[in-house]
Amino acid sequence: MTAVSTPASLQQSVYAMDNAEVLRIRNDFPVLDQLVNGKPLIYLDSGATSQNPLSVIEAEQEFYEQRNAAVHRGAHHLAVEATEVFEDARQTVADFVGAQYEETVWTSNATEGLNLISYALSNAALWAAQGRGSSALNALAIGPGDEIVVTEMEHHANLIPWQELAFRTGATLKYIPITDDGSLRLDAAADIVGERTKLLAFTHASNVLGTINPVAELVALARRVGALVVLDACQSVPHMAVNVKELDVDFAVFSGHKMLAPTGVGVLYGKQELLDVLPPFLTGGSMITTVTMERAEYLPAPQRFEAGTQRISQAVALATAVNYLAETGIDRIHAWEATLGQRLVKGLESIDGIRVVGPAAGSERIGLAAFDVAGVHAHDVGQFLDDRGIAVRVGHHCAQPLHRRLGLTATTRASTYLYNTTDDVDAFLDAVSGVRAYFQA
Amino acid sequence: MSLDQLYQQIILDHSKQRHGSGLAETAAPAGAATGQSHQLNPVCGDEVTLRLAVSDGTVQQISWDGAGCSISMASASVLSELGEGMSVEELHSVIDNFREVLRSRGKVQADPEILGDAAAFEGVARYAARVKCAMISWVAAEDALNQATA
Ligand SMILES: Cc1ncc(COP(=O)(O)O)c(C=O)c1O
Repeated sequence: MTAVSTPASLQQSVYAMDNAEVLRIRNDFPVLDQLVNGKPLIYLDSGATSQNPLSVIEAEQEFYEQRNAAVHRGAHHLAVEATEVFEDARQTVADFVGAQYEETVWTSNATEGLNLISYALSNAALWAAQGRGSSALNALAIGPGDEIVVTEMEHHANLIPWQELAFRTGATLKYIPITDDGSLRLDAAADIVGERTKLLAFTHASNVLGTINPVAELVALARRVGALVVLDACQSVPHMAVNVKELDVDFAVFSGHKMLAPTGVGVLYGKQELLDVLPPFLTGGSMITTVTMERAEYLPAPQRFEAGTQRISQAVALATAVNYLAETGIDRIHAWEATLGQRLVKGLESIDGIRVVGPAAGSERIGLAAFDVAGVHAHDVGQFLDDRGIAVRVGHHCAQPLHRRLGLTATTRASTYLYNTTDDVDAFLDAVSGVRAYFQA
Repeated sequence: MSLDQLYQQIILDHSKQRHGSGLAETAAPAGAATGQSHQLNPVCGDEVTLRLAVSDGTVQQISWDGAGCSISMASASVLSELGEGMSVEELHSVIDNFREVLRSRGKVQADPEILGDAAAFEGVARYAARVKCAMISWVAAEDALNQATA
């Protein structure tokens, strides 16, 4: 587990969240207070995107009403203020995941963060070949004969950038397989991660299976052979305490919109010694030291990776969201969602014709569950639930290879957050139990 | 708009008893010109491969394989049943009419005289996210028809 502060078990006995507290929390989220198809909205799609509390919406508005200016450029009052709140926001988010300020790079979302690493690494091979930049790049350069390792449970965002990196560099992409109940096969991983492995990328928590992967074991495998580790923390940072230093990963990415913040902002964490030598991905204004007609020299991280005018209001809003999560208590949120996740799986398993993918009830999982309904396509399940005001995600959830591995093309997914009650879960289960009869399956 | 107007019984029936389903099992009639089209909706993974056989200006056979939601599967089944025996021009105009109804957001009513059982998909027009499900096999049929008559 990754908890950094009080263990969840202890917190739970003292301060456990309950439905009454969740209902108070829900009052902070204006969008949740509405009718859909004449029924109160039950939002169970936070795994795709989460909702924003009023404080986050107001933080963005306040920025535009009082401070809007381009950052790091110009000496006027607004520019100074905007730069200050923008960089304060970086510190807030860095602290939340145990990173240093210099190691915290703003991106548009996790997808951009992963592409940034992928392109910085193939640029590293180009620089190393021409003797440009630090000699440390030689060790980072990936080429023919090298291997990049991912897992069968990755979101396309943590898969395609590595397919393309393999294509650009001539490296080979390898997969750590999963068991039928959705855990990584560590026995196989120990064979797959070998001398040729240059990079190991995996998700902390699966957006489909709900599995929480054993980061320490996987990092140990990578360290043994000197491979870099990239952690997709999209489904962990919003829901549990994550400390990137304790996990000892080289890179980690997550998206603001999955943690109560607006779209358009995400974070890349990278160890400083790596970020400072890696070539940039995007180039342009705000990331250079000197520019001549022929070439440019680049600033150290984080500016090195922040070309062009940044997403300032979104960064400020993300810091506000982080404060909201921290004030509620990320361990308490984790414990509450674990309860909801177990209730979901237990309930679904007891309905005829439902197959839940991922760990069975009683095994650890995050607060989501994806499932197949015998004889009813996921799209129809989603439509049926929407008619009852229940919002879920249907489809392959950007994980086609995983669904193929599970023998499915699409599933229905319910995913919870700190604003969901056990009543939400029960209403959802009640609705699901009527699906097969409705479709005469 | 209630869910029952979307999922009319005729749609649920066709989604299970699929007319024309099974490309391998149905050989195209000898001497007919054929066209085949594969359509995929990457958003939800709905997939249809449809083959259409034409001779003497008449659609002899519409066969298909597919995977997807009840709307997409029922729509392929209804199309196959409805289109067989039509002239090439008739099928073109029925496809045009179906598309117009489905894209109208509920403003254009379906005429059962023209669309037969396919009129049952009128309710889909009100669910913007589902219009593509109903259209996928019709897009495939239009493409296959153009190939068969090229
Ligand atoms: C596990 C995982 N990785 C990556 C992503 C991609 O996030 P984004 O689309 O915000 O870049 C998601 C979100 O869908 C996810 O759940």
